[in-house]
Amino acid sequence: MRRHTLPSGALAVLMFILTFPLNSWTGEPVNKIIILATTTSTRDSGLLDILIPVYHKETGYIVKTIAVGTGKALAMGKRGDADVLMTHAPTSEMQLVKEGWLTHRTQFMHNDFVIIGPAADTAEVRHASDAAGALKQIAEARAGFVSRGDNSGTHKNERTLWKTARLAPQGSWYIETGQGMGATLRIASEKNAYTLTDRATFLNLQKTLASRILFEGDPLLLNKYSVMLVNPARHSWVNAEGAKSFHSWVLSDEARNIIADYGKDRFGQPLFFLDPIR
Amino acid sequence: MDLILDGIIQALQLMLSGDPEVWQITFLSLKVSGIATLLSLLLGIPLGAFLALVRFPGRSLLVSLVNTGMGLPPVVVGLFISIMLWRSGPMGFLNLMYTLTAMVIAQVVIAFPIVAGLTMASFQTLNPKLRLQLLGIGASRPQLLWLLCKEARLPLLAAVMAGFGGVISEVGSVMMVGGNIKGQTRVLTTATVLETQMGNFGTAIALGLILLTLSFAVNFLLTQIQQREQIRWPKPS
Repeated sequence: MRRHTLPSGALAVLMFILTFPLNSWTGEPVNKIIILATTTSTRDSGLLDILIPVYHKETGYIVKTIAVGTGKALAMGKRGDADVLMTHAPTSEMQLVKEGWLTHRTQFMHNDFVIIGPAADTAEVRHASDAAGALKQIAEARAGFVSRGDNSGTHKNERTLWKTARLAPQGSWYIETGQGMGATLRIASEKNAYTLTDRATFLNLQKTLASRILFEGDPLLLNKYSVMLVNPARHSWVNAEGAKSFHSWVLSDEARNIIADYGKDRFGQPLFFLDPIR
Repeated sequence: MDLILDGIIQALQLMLSGDPEVWQITFLSLKVSGIATLLSLLLGIPLGAFLALVRFPGRSLLVSLVNTGMGLPPVVVGLFISIMLWRSGPMGFLNLMYTLTAMVIAQVVIAFPIVAGLTMASFQTLNPKLRLQLLGIGASRPQLLWLLCKEARLPLLAAVMAGFGGVISEVGSVMMVGGNIKGQTRVLTTATVLETQMGNFGTAIALGLILLTLSFAVNFLLTQIQQREQIRWPKPS
């Protein structure tokens, strides 16, 4: 029999070469890492893909962006599994600040939610008097509504609207996806159903969707984004310094200019609007 | 139909133009799954050999566990590794969550039972007298393992292919423990999911094609070795 195949020594050397530089190669020195837990809409709108590289270049911090629903992002913050949060559920955020899990909550930008649906608009949402009325019409027509169903900021806003409409949506026309905004929009489009979405994600994905904006402009549809720190007094392992650095950079003129301009070139309108920093 | 055609054209453009992001994602996929496969071999082959060759109480339970492990759902693996590695979890101090290392760990957990199970099966097809002969001529235990591996190398190659194929195409656990972070832990499968959701079908198709090509190339290579061997394999006399 011919002698060949890899001798075990060579295999061991190979293993060493392959595994050794795993962390150094990805440049992951521990204290340089900031975990940012955020809503899917900031990623799916494309904003963070612009902001993060600029921040990294200036400070050297490596931001690990975990884009999940706001509910999960806030839970990560509470458990200390993130350093800094960027979410859009003011009531839940303020509750966690009050309980001492989060600090330095600063609302820094907003846009709005819109109700989108099929161009045919069988529930005639276009002519609704307000957002709650629009949902009521959808429910009465049993026209198909896709809910995020993931306790995200968008989902929380949707539930507020149902509550305002004094309805508890259920039945085969009401679908819960449990997924991010992008995935949920796609399902709504494919199923000719209605859904509530933030305007930024919708505009970013619009060209691949069959849905149209059918209702907008109700004050209840305001979508407020805040950035906040996880309280290092509660979790010793939090990268407080890095989180603070990211927090103040997001509020800096440089970041604000990027935010204010984001979307103008592609959509002819900004996707986010700055709030005065108090 | 336009979508499919446009998607494929865009995919080819992306692949041919050498889009740096696409190639970086490809490289990461290969690296994570390659390392995971190698580690699975290091763990799985000795375990498989042990289970095939040694009789001990509780062996059948362990064999059943390994066989169950061969079909371990990646999302369950992702969930458990996440719970362990979250900073608030028992091994959080290691700061491994959302790193390539975490992804490798998850993939090893998925692949090593596959390797162990197939190794066990291939060792059990060897002639039991071979082992006695080798021991008879004074082989030490590591030597015995090495020689038996050489004898069983054809089915062992199948174990390598199954292990690698299992992890390179796996999305659930790497999504959970890696976080699908752009430029850091985004691999072919998680990027395909994201790009599909975002409606970037061209990019999604490109990534899918690369994944298929990779998978095919690795399997083709290993099959070549296996089949070439088969021809030279001496007829039992």
